[in-house]
Amino acid sequence: MRDIDMPELEISLLLEAVYQKYGYDFRQYSEAHIKRRIMNSKAMSGLENISQMQSKVLNDEAFASKLLQDLSITVTEMFRDPGFYKSLRENVIPVLKTYPFIKIWHAGCSTGEEAYSMAIIMQEEGLYDRTTIYATDFNQQALSQAKEGIFSNSMMKEYTTNYQLSGGKESFSGYYTSNYDNVIMNQSLKKNIVWANHNLVTDSVFAEVHLILCRNVLIYFDRNLQNKVQRLFYDSLVNGGILCLGSKESLRFTDLNEEYTELDKKQRIFKKDY
Amino acid sequence: MCYEAIVIGVSSGGMKAMKIMFSLLPENFSTPIIIVQHISAHSDNQWIKLLNDKSNLPIKETDEKEKIERGNVYIAPPNYHLLIEKDKTFSLTIDERVNYARPSIDVMFESAAEAYKNKLIGVILTGSNNDGTKGMKRIQECGGLTIVQDPATAESSYMPASVIAAMQVDYVLPLNGIIALLIKITQLQFHK
Ligand SMILES: C[S@@+](CC[C@H](N)C(=O)[O-])C[C@H]1O[C@@H](n2cnc3c(N)ncnc32)[C@H](O)[C@@H]1O
Repeated sequence: MRDIDMPELEISLLLEAVYQKYGYDFRQYSEAHIKRRIMNSKAMSGLENISQMQSKVLNDEAFASKLLQDLSITVTEMFRDPGFYKSLRENVIPVLKTYPFIKIWHAGCSTGEEAYSMAIIMQEEGLYDRTTIYATDFNQQALSQAKEGIFSNSMMKEYTTNYQLSGGKESFSGYYTSNYDNVIMNQSLKKNIVWANHNLVTDSVFAEVHLILCRNVLIYFDRNLQNKVQRLFYDSLVNGGILCLGSKESLRFTDLNEEYTELDKKQRIFKKDY
Repeated sequence: MCYEAIVIGVSSGGMKAMKIMFSLLPENFSTPIIIVQHISAHSDNQWIKLLNDKSNLPIKETDEKEKIERGNVYIAPPNYHLLIEKDKTFSLTIDERVNYARPSIDVMFESAAEAYKNKLIGVILTGSNNDGTKGMKRIQECGGLTIVQDPATAESSYMPASVIAAMQVDYVLPLNGIIALLIKITQLQFHK
């Protein structure tokens, strides 16, 4: 018998089952991350081992959908990393201004906080009327929340600080209406955002865009998968288009490192070469 | 026993402890060290520069997917969890906080335990919460060595005391003793 780590073997069989039955492909996600999430789900489910999870996933759709939620991390913020948005205003907006119409893709937009932040900036820069924001994710539940544009009032203090640190000069509370525990984002921000289900692993190019933001999504992928998704971004960008990654992500380990020029090294903003 | 990595968890009072540690560890100390220090989400890496000034070893914030190399000291970046893959590379995530912390010591230690099994040394230093206790248990389960700073000598005793209360640790020592032990263990393997 070969010396095989049982949980790891069981995890790879579980991921295979999820893929074959539901089409969601987690097989090239970070192993340590997936293992941690699956061990947590197992503990919560009260099942004894991962093989039992596998058979439950195959026979119980509600359980499968819960597991998919557990595997997709939707943690996000408005104006997360204010320094990044500041650089976006300074280094990216001038490039966007040169286009008659502007297409932006938020890949892995989660519950939408980033896309609304972007809409605010475009509005302040007087560009929003000629902008379309494609905000995509493979998590339908997160997308539905994003579309509603309803967020917890308790977060607004932090978001206001983020907004101001990012160079925002307006009154942030003007961008939403409060209603007890919640706030709802202004209709004028929603109007040019197109929310769509798109899986970065299994779906392909759907539009040619001027700016792609994919922040804190690729960290969950292994190097091969990162490489593949970076190819998708490259193919979706116009020449001279701009790619923004999360503050700890880079193109260093991909085949496309040479095809971009750094606009802001620290904030991970890259321009596709002509 | 040949140890391949040392993981350290440290919280309040950590800056002082780490300054001492890295001024005393010699330049030829080659076992990689991976540290989670609790810090604010918005802190810049100024404090790492400060640590480097007094250190004989190069100390750096980890990059995503970076390979763990001998002779280096790695620190988890603020506002991310740090995980270690079986192929000895780093992964970062922005999953929910664990024990109110991101980076969390437990998250890093548990993944390290699974990646290095019995080739790992886990160290808990000063701190005022119980992050790290579960991680140390996991390290022990996987056959690794566990070392805790003597709570009586730690600036904040809670974190080391929490580990000691939860399990039978291999060594409880003051900071200087921990440093001497790490040097001894790793030099033994050096001369083999
Ligand atoms: C941690 S959130 C990042 C949200 C936001 N971009 C930010 O930085 O704040 C990661 C998002 O990526 C999405 N995601 C993960 N894998 C994906 C895939 N294969 N296709 C599309 N979205 C994916 C998750 O559903 C989740 O909403």
